Parts: sequence; C-alpha cells; structure tokens
Amino acid sequence: MTAAIGRLLLTRFLLSLATLIFVASAVFAITNLLPGDVAQELLGQAATPEAVAGLRTALGLDVPPLQRYIAWLGNLVTGNLGNSLVNGQPVTALIGSRIGNSLLLAAITALVAVPIAIGLGITAAVWRGSLYDRLVGAATVLVVSVPEFLVASTAVLIFAVHLQWVPALSQLGRITGLADVVRVFALPVMTLTFVVVAQMARMTRAALVDVLSSSYVEMARLKGAGPIRIVVWHALPNAIGPIANAVAFSLSFLLGGVIIVETIFSYPGIAKLMVDGVATRDLPLVQACAMLFCGAYLVLVTAADVAAILANPRLRKG
Amino acid sequence: MNGQTFDPLSLLSIAERDRLLLAARLGASRRDMLGLLGGLGIGVAFGSSLIGAAGTALAQTPKKGGRIRVAGFGTSTADTLDPAKGSFSTDYCRCSMFYNGLTDLDATLTPQMALAESMTSEAATVWTIKLRKGVQFHDGKELTSADVVFSLQRHLDPATASRARALATQMKEIVATGTHEVKVTLTGPNADFPVVLGTHHFYIVQAGTTDFSKGIGTGPFKCKEFTPGVRSIAVRNENYWKQGAGPHVDEIEFFGIPDVGARVNALMAGDVHLIGNVNPASARMILARNDLAIMETKSGNYTNLVMRLDQAPGNNPDFVLGMKFLMNRSLIRRNAFQNYAEVANDQPIPPMNRYHAKDIPQRPYDPEKAKFHLNKAGVMGSTLPVVTSPAATGSVEMGLLLQQAAQGIGLKIELKQVPADGYWSNFWMKVPVGYGNINPRPSADVLFSLFYASGAAWNESGWKSEKFDQLLLAARAETDDAKRRQMYTDMQVMVHESAGTGIPVFINGLDAHSAKLKGMSPMGTGSLMGFAFAEHVWLDA
Repeated sequence: MTAAIGRLLLTRFLLSLATLIFVASAVFAITNLLPGDVAQELLGQAATPEAVAGLRTALGLDVPPLQRYIAWLGNLVTGNLGNSLVNGQPVTALIGSRIGNSLLLAAITALVAVPIAIGLGITAAVWRGSLYDRLVGAATVLVVSVPEFLVASTAVLIFAVHLQWVPALSQLGRITGLADVVRVFALPVMTLTFVVVAQMARMTRAALVDVLSSSYVEMARLKGAGPIRIVVWHALPNAIGPIANAVAFSLSFLLGGVIIVETIFSYPGIAKLMVDGVATRDLPLVQACAMLFCGAYLVLVTAADVAAILANPRLRKG
Repeated sequence: MNGQTFDPLSLLSIAERDRLLLAARLGASRRDMLGLLGGLGIGVAFGSSLIGAAGTALAQTPKKGGRIRVAGFGTSTADTLDPAKGSFSTDYCRCSMFYNGLTDLDATLTPQMALAESMTSEAATVWTIKLRKGVQFHDGKELTSADVVFSLQRHLDPATASRARALATQMKEIVATGTHEVKVTLTGPNADFPVVLGTHHFYIVQAGTTDFSKGIGTGPFKCKEFTPGVRSIAVRNENYWKQGAGPHVDEIEFFGIPDVGARVNALMAGDVHLIGNVNPASARMILARNDLAIMETKSGNYTNLVMRLDQAPGNNPDFVLGMKFLMNRSLIRRNAFQNYAEVANDQPIPPMNRYHAKDIPQRPYDPEKAKFHLNKAGVMGSTLPVVTSPAATGSVEMGLLLQQAAQGIGLKIELKQVPADGYWSNFWMKVPVGYGNINPRPSADVLFSLFYASGAAWNESGWKSEKFDQLLLAARAETDDAKRRQMYTDMQVMVHESAGTGIPVFINGLDAHSAKLKGMSPMGTGSLMGFAFAEHVWLDA
C-alpha cells in the first residue's frame, strides 16, 4: 500500500511540475498577446508615447519577453515571485493578504456543501427510482442552472435589503463573534453551495448506483447485511474514487473560480486579485495566481486519488 | 430636478463657505456678514440669500464624531495613495483625506489658497509660492519648501508614472528660495498655474517619500490602514491646520464596490452611508425612500463623437458638420442619461466654468441640414462604420440614437461595439469615427492644451489650427481677466465650428447617501464633492 501511494505521489509530483511549467509558459505567452501592456494600462488616457516608453524602461519592460520569462522562472526557483508592476508590493504579500480569506470561504462552503451533497447523493442512490430520487435530481439541476449572480443578487435583495437580517457585503472587518460569522458568510456560502452541490450529489449517486448493482453487493445483501451496513461498509469504499474527484474539483473551483461571489459581496479573495492582475496586465501577479490555482488543483486531485486508494480494499492491497 | 433645490452656498468656495458659516456660528450680525461677503466681492442682493442659506445650514450645526462607511465605484490592486499616480475616483477620494494641495479649486473651478499662503508671478512665468507656516504632516514634521520642491519635481521623472506629467513638463525650474518659499519657473507664461496646482495629482507629499502606502500628508485625516483593492481606514487628524471647519467624523472606512447593483444594495441595506456613481435607474429606487438621498453634480464630463479629420470621411468638413447636426442632443440627454445631463454645444468648456461662452448659438438637431451636408460630403448611399464601447460612458446608447437618426435621412450606420478592455490604447483616436470620453479638467487652458492644441497627444480628431494655437498661448499668458475671457470665447467658437468632435451633452454625476449624512453639496471639480467629501461630511445620528 505505501509503495503504491509512494509511486503515485512521485509520478504525480513529476507530472505536476511539468504541468506547472507548461501553464506558466502558456499564461506568459497569452498575457503578452493581450492588447496593451502594464505601462499603457497604468497611464490610461495619459499614455503618451513618451510617457509609456519612460515607464516601460523604469519597470524593465523594454527587455525582450523571452529574457523576462527566463528571469521570472529563475526567480521562481528561488521562491521569489517578484513585485507587482502596478503597486510595487511583493506578489507574495498581495496573495498572502487574501489567500486566507479565500481558504476560509472555501472551507466554510465545503463544510456546508459536502455533507449536504453526499447525503443527498447517498439517499438518492439508495432510494433510486423513487419520487425522492427524482425530486433530488430535478432540484439539484435547477439550482445549478440558475446563474450564481442571480442567486446572489436575489438573496441580497430579500435577506439584506428588505428583511435586513444579514449585511449586503461580506466584510471580515466587522466580525466580532460567532453570530457575525454566520451573518457575514450566510449569503455567499448559500450561493456557492447552490453552485457546487449539484455536481457532487449527482456524482455520488451515479458512483453508488453503479456499485450497488454489482454482484458483491448482491452477495452482501444475500448474506443478510442491513441497508446501512451495505452502503457504508460495502458500497461506499468502492465509490470513493469518483466522489473524491468530484469533491476535489468543486473545492478547486471554490478557491479560484468564485469571482462573481467575491464581486457581489465585496469579499476580498484571490479570484478578484487575479482578475485585477489581468485587467492591469500585471504579469508577475497573474503568473503567481495561475501557478497557485494550478498547484492547488493538482494537489486536490492527487489527494482525491490517494483517498480512493486508501478507501478501496482492492487498490489498497495492490 | 427631482426635487433638488438650488443652494446658494454651493457657489462659494469651500473656504468662503466655511468662513461664512463660522461667522454665523459665532453670532455675527447680518451687517457684519454682508461686510464679510462684500470683502469677497459679493453684492447685497445675492449676499442676503447667502446669509439665509447660511442660517439654514447653521440650524444643522455639524456634529463631531461617528464612523462612516463609504463605497466608491472602483477598486483594484492598482489603488494607490501616491497622488501622482492616482487615476480613479477611489484614489482621488483617499488622497483628499490624507493630503492637501498648494491651492484648492472652488465650485467655479477658481483657485483658492490652501497650503500656499500666496502665489505671485512675474509675467505669469516666474511664480513665487509662499507657504503657510506651522502646518504639520501627520508624523509631526513641519511642512517646508523642501517638501514642495520634492512633490513637484517627481512628476518630471518617467519612473514616477505620473498621470499629470503632460501638465508638469511646463515647470522648467523648481527651487526653494527660503524655508517657506518656492520659486517655479515655467517654460512659458501660464496665468492658470495656480489652477494646475489645485488638482489632485499635485498634492503635497513629504520630501524623500518612497513608500506611499502610509499616506503621510497634511490632510484632514490620518491613514490607519490601507490595502490596495480592499479598503482604507482614515481617522480624524486632530492637528489639522484648517481652523473652524471639518473634519467632523472620527473615522471613515472607504472601499470600492465596482458593481453598481451591489453598491446600491449595500446602501439600501444600511451597510454604507455614502456611495459614488449611481445609475439613473437606481436613482429612482433610492429617491423612493425617505431615509436616503441623491446628490446630483453638474460636471465637465462628456462622451463625444470623434471624427478623424486626417482620414476619410472626416477629411471632408461637410461630413463633420452633417454629423454634428445629426446628433439629437435632447434625446441623448433623455434616453442615454435619463435627463441627468446638460445639453452641450460641441465645445468642451462646461457651463460651470468661469470662461464658458454661453452666447454661442446652440447647434440644433436638424436632419435636413445634416442630410444636405452629408450629401455634399458624398457619404449617402455608403455604409458608415461607427465604433462604440462601454469604456466611453453612454456611447453604446448614443451610437444607437445616431443610427436611428441616420436611418431617418437614408444614411446607413454600422455600429461596431468593442469591449472596454484595451479600448483606449486600441480604438480611441485610431478609428475614423468612434467615441471618446473626457473626464472633467480644471481649466479651459488644460482642456484646450490637452485635447485641441495642434500638437497635443490627445487631439482626438487631429484638428489643426494655427490661429487657435496662437490664441491658446496668448490666453495662457494674459493676466487681464476680461481679455482672457474674450480669447477663450473665440477659441470655443472655433472648436464649435470646425473641430472633428461632436459633444452632445455634459454628463451629471449622481451620488447617493443616507439622509443621516449631512454636509454634502455638489462641487464643480467632480462627484463626491470633488472627491473631497471626507473633510465636509458629518453624521446626524
């Protein structure tokens, strides 16, 4: 078992490294293809040719792109992500000030959404074909089909503007106790739960239905195991793989893909940081964020695979 | 509009208003106050209405204390407390909390002395600036000429990335001639130099500053916290040099909410006291509630049709004139801006500017004349591409209205809507016919120098006139106000007649606030009281 996991981790690590370098090159190339550069964006309407040239020299943008890319890679190896071209602050500081917020939002959402999703998935699989199963299926499709900006805006109108139960903005500076945590996070977590629950629930149901119809589950049932024991002890371990992957996918979305929720609730997370970076052509920031999202995704997917191996008796012994 | 009443006090500079209110508060008699106003050059009739207004304002004596939360309309990692780099309303708002200029612009954009005690010139070329004594920075250091020299000089270095570099290059030499005296020699005469120094970019910072994230200036508030793209917290400067006025509130938390819907929701949910830039649709919703209020600010902001004169079809003067007649200004005002705009006359000096030429006959919407000129230009029958973009406020709507008007006279316009991202570097001033958006500028000289001088980098239509250039230089050097006014009038006529820019309306700014927030009044320098609301507002809890 340790050998299998060791092998998996090693290959994953090497593959991840290759993926990261590929992503870094792609992001660098694409950002360079965007119209305008940071000097033009910074100066905006004030971008006279002479002013742009002066600023480019000051920022070191007059160096050929390939040379800049190699220098960036070199710095990356030594752990130096460089300074933002826009405000001169270290990229690590910019990310550091926000990554905690993104992780917090992702963690709270996961705490709410994952149990709901897996619970819905398992019960739907156990009572597959029933009215309950069809209701869950329809409801999850419905909530994932409504655009999140609509969910968020409507929720704000109802709960913040009219009922005034919760604030319209989710600002961490106003938290003084546990009640505030609930008030501040209620709406964004609700919105995000709507987005991620459907996929996880449906994946859980599909994986479990598959296993529940297999012959060894039939065997367990014949030998007289109860329904709970069949699901938890016999079926679930074999279904963990796809479920863990669906969860990993949702979590990586929660880290970097929640730009709409961050915008509507004015929540200072990392997705908005990257969008700012692209808008101002702040290459070091964009690169670092891309690396971070890609890295987080790879870690989560690897963790999902490890979880699948640990949970599955056959893989565990192989 | 919308039940707003004219406030005579808004015509005074902030300094004048503060003096008047202070006098009223100290119990000055009506006669004393008329005397005071006489000293400001204000006659008895208008003076009386001012005193009445001062009385009303006094009935609401500013209360000290309280914390307010304010949401501006943009925020990103590019947020800065470096006045030279400031480029968005968010930056201007923050810089107005922490810094002061040498001068301050009032409601008619006339400069009043601020950190400078006096500014005198020899032939408007060599300026001697005497500094106010005893002014302290937030860290306790006293303001001296070294700080002023440093603050002005840094605009000239390209590495500063100053937004005001084009204006700063007129300063040939900046030297300290005493601990509280600075001499600035210009490349040529400029009677408007005190106006330039009253703009946000020329705020005074401490000599030798390299880290601007601390916001150490001489302004009404001290910076307690600042994270670009997140928020700033400002606390009252108890040691503020200006006497008898603001700051009133203890603390201001300022952040940006770029999405207008989210911003309005935040105000309606009671999360914030003041928001900048509301759209007309939300304004209706806000006006329906009596615990909220709207403040409308007339401004020099405009979105204009830009026709390049160096390319076809703009190289034919008849085309340009025809298109100007084809703009239905009152319809643009109503449909694109829900009447929160003022009809303009194809020249960029707004009505609140002291040099606005109000006697130029208004160019009407006249499809017949338009047809006549466009026919003469030979464009009827062909398809005319026009570029619009959300980057230029209201240009998408204005384009549609132009298209409809053109259809009426048998001209086919093909609208090309392009994204806001990269618009200014890739489309603005490059396409034969498109839209521009010009933010308010503090003076006729600045507007004309930046956008209409033959050699100007942003001469949007590529309009060239030797006579205009000569007048521009002459007006800049002229210290006789009447003569200057005549020159600026002539120049406005020239732009109105022949430049390739059709300016249909000046767009009004709309801000919204809680009715508990007092002290708000529109300023000619921009929305949110010329972005300087911080110093004036107070909370009526």
